[in-house]
Amino acid sequence: MEVADTLKIGTYEFKSRLLLGTGKFSDLDVQQQAVDASETEVLTFAIRRLNIDNPDNPNFLERLDLKKYTLLPNTAGAQTADEAVRIARLAKASGLCDMIKVEVIGDMRTLLPDPIGTLEATKRLVDEGFTVLTYTSDDPLLARHLIEAGAHAIMPGASPIGSGLGLLNPHYLSFIVEECAGKVPVIIDAGVGTPSDVAQAMELGADGVLLNTAVAGAKDPVLMAEAMKLAVDAGRKGYLAGRIAKKRYANASSPMEFMIE
Amino acid sequence: MTLLINGQERVLEEVKTLADVVAHFGLNERIIVIEHNLDIVPRELYGETAVQAGDKIEIVHFVGGGR
Repeated sequence: MEVADTLKIGTYEFKSRLLLGTGKFSDLDVQQQAVDASETEVLTFAIRRLNIDNPDNPNFLERLDLKKYTLLPNTAGAQTADEAVRIARLAKASGLCDMIKVEVIGDMRTLLPDPIGTLEATKRLVDEGFTVLTYTSDDPLLARHLIEAGAHAIMPGASPIGSGLGLLNPHYLSFIVEECAGKVPVIIDAGVGTPSDVAQAMELGADGVLLNTAVAGAKDPVLMAEAMKLAVDAGRKGYLAGRIAKKRYANASSPMEFMIE
Repeated sequence: MTLLINGQERVLEEVKTLADVVAHFGLNERIIVIEHNLDIVPRELYGETAVQAGDKIEIVHFVGGGR
């Protein structure tokens, strides 16, 4: 019997290994079609003040069939552990989810995470019973500390958020994959631009990919969402299948015997 | 009375509880979370949570965001 190849995060289990952000879509109908095409089961959201001057602005979450998706609110906007904890508690108080994506941003130009605040927020939210997925840099030792702090998933950025630069440091990402193996899943988060970036991440042994801008900003977001889904599957199968070793020179695939002379 | 709602000073007459504030903005059916003077208030307690002039109220919701 074939064993289902699922993504496990804490007590959650998903068939899809693609997590989708919900920002930057220009049209809510297109967004829904893109979500459908991606076949994702996890959608990220941010927590913000309601615009009390215009409370009836259309809201994607309130249009969603919430039975079909697990919500992954993020702490985007937080620059300290205290701010991240406050946002996480607000998200959980909705009663819709106990997952939280911790992000504590340390620099507004690069949007790179602040490692100290990130570790602190992770510890505190694990202690409060959240299922914690932590956005981090491509630092394998920070990943180790986050695992020790109880993080349920490690989410290293491939490159700066929204940059579309792809995997800048695949070597260190593969160290993180090794660090997390058998402990917690690795979900590559931020910076992927193309399906080939996604496939590369999955071939490295990542357990999943979270992306947003690459789909929302594409000329055809729905088609790109489908392409990303296929790339996750292709990369995952490629990883499981086991790639060939690289060789410096050619190695003919047709027999070298019984040549016609 | 004057309340500080989402960082804005608002004069709301006839409000006694958080439930009245929610109704004032037409948010009864909306997915929101409220922080009242920095304490998160569960929805079922809106009706019994009295508000006073100068209270700091944050009304937040889920918006698109991710990567």
